[in-house]
Amino acid sequence: MASGVKPRVKVPKTAAAGDVIIIKTLISHKMESGQRKDSDGNNIPQSIINTFSCDFNGQNVITVELHGAISTNPYFQFKATVPESGDFVFTWNDDDGSVYTTTKSIVVG
Amino acid sequence: MIGSNLLRAASIATIASLAFGTTAANAQSLVINDEETMITQAPAAAHLENLDEVFSGWLFRTSETQTLQMDDFDNPGMIFVDQAIDQWDVVEGAAGKSCASCHEGGPAEFAGLRTVLPRWDEEAGGIQSMEDYINKCRTERMEADAWKWSASTMTAMTALIGLESRGMPVDVAIDGPASGAWELGKEIYYQRVGQLDMACANCHEDNYDTMIRADHLSQGQTNGFPAYRLKNAKLNSIHGRFKGCMKNIRATPFAEGSDEFRALELYVASRGNGLSVEGTSVRN
Repeated sequence: MASGVKPRVKVPKTAAAGDVIIIKTLISHKMESGQRKDSDGNNIPQSIINTFSCDFNGQNVITVELHGAISTNPYFQFKATVPESGDFVFTWNDDDGSVYTTTKSIVVG
Repeated sequence: MIGSNLLRAASIATIASLAFGTTAANAQSLVINDEETMITQAPAAAHLENLDEVFSGWLFRTSETQTLQMDDFDNPGMIFVDQAIDQWDVVEGAAGKSCASCHEGGPAEFAGLRTVLPRWDEEAGGIQSMEDYINKCRTERMEADAWKWSASTMTAMTALIGLESRGMPVDVAIDGPASGAWELGKEIYYQRVGQLDMACANCHEDNYDTMIRADHLSQGQTNGFPAYRLKNAKLNSIHGRFKGCMKNIRATPFAEGSDEFRALELYVASRGNGLSVEGTSVRN
């Protein structure tokens, strides 16, 4: 697991049914490009977040594929419509096999 | 006439925005998280002979960069504040202590500290910056290794402590025992150096609010430091920025943590007396 990785998500705590809400996500991650060498001249292997996805109550909201040349600490902001109360599950997949997840609940009243 | 440039820029921006049918190109008031209003414009301190008003560097940035600072979630500098929160509880050194061992009230104990730093310290017999105090804690209380002046751990910790003073006006003391260092700082500020033969004042006093190639010159205020720069995607210390400026004018920079830079830090901070500490600002 890469060091210093910490997912952050901002979701409103409450909303009305059918509201379009703005979700902001940020994960602190080096996004090691694979192009760099360490002090001994050895290649540092690529280790980036390759997939990001968000699900709401088991239904996929968004899936993003990431490739090279995406800068450090990738940030995504998107909109979602919330029909009912539930949990947003956010998942980031790292090239090194690590999976980072975080969950945010929203109450629709 | 000073200050009118900014106003003129603002009115040009308004005209341009009307033409393009968008909102004003540059926001004029900095409200963070829709609740904390920063003072970004203030009457110049009495000792400033050549300025009537002082402006935060935030006013000189593009609207996109300005917006990043208006919400803590969007502010990339807050990543490092989070790291410092974790670091706060890390036990290091022979004494087996963390920051939290002594400072039980958390970083909130330091509310207001950023506004008065750097300051004269009787015990140290000189001007001390926040970095000095952090390293003093590390070496004397924790018996751990000192951090380098611009180490990522150091800038993160200064950001965390500085954040507690966000919104409070800068108020460094320049009289009494600090006056000697302040005079030295002033001398450095106005001293032309380097191959380009430029002083701090040439850009940041005589020519602020004009373009130097693609860069909009600010007054070089330090109220927003440590600043997250989009240029290098990390927090930058005040001394690190001084060093960068000196390299740009092809001078040999003083060392980070040198008495010269401490003096300059004091003098530049005093030029911003009255502006809000912006905690972790976002700059280009």
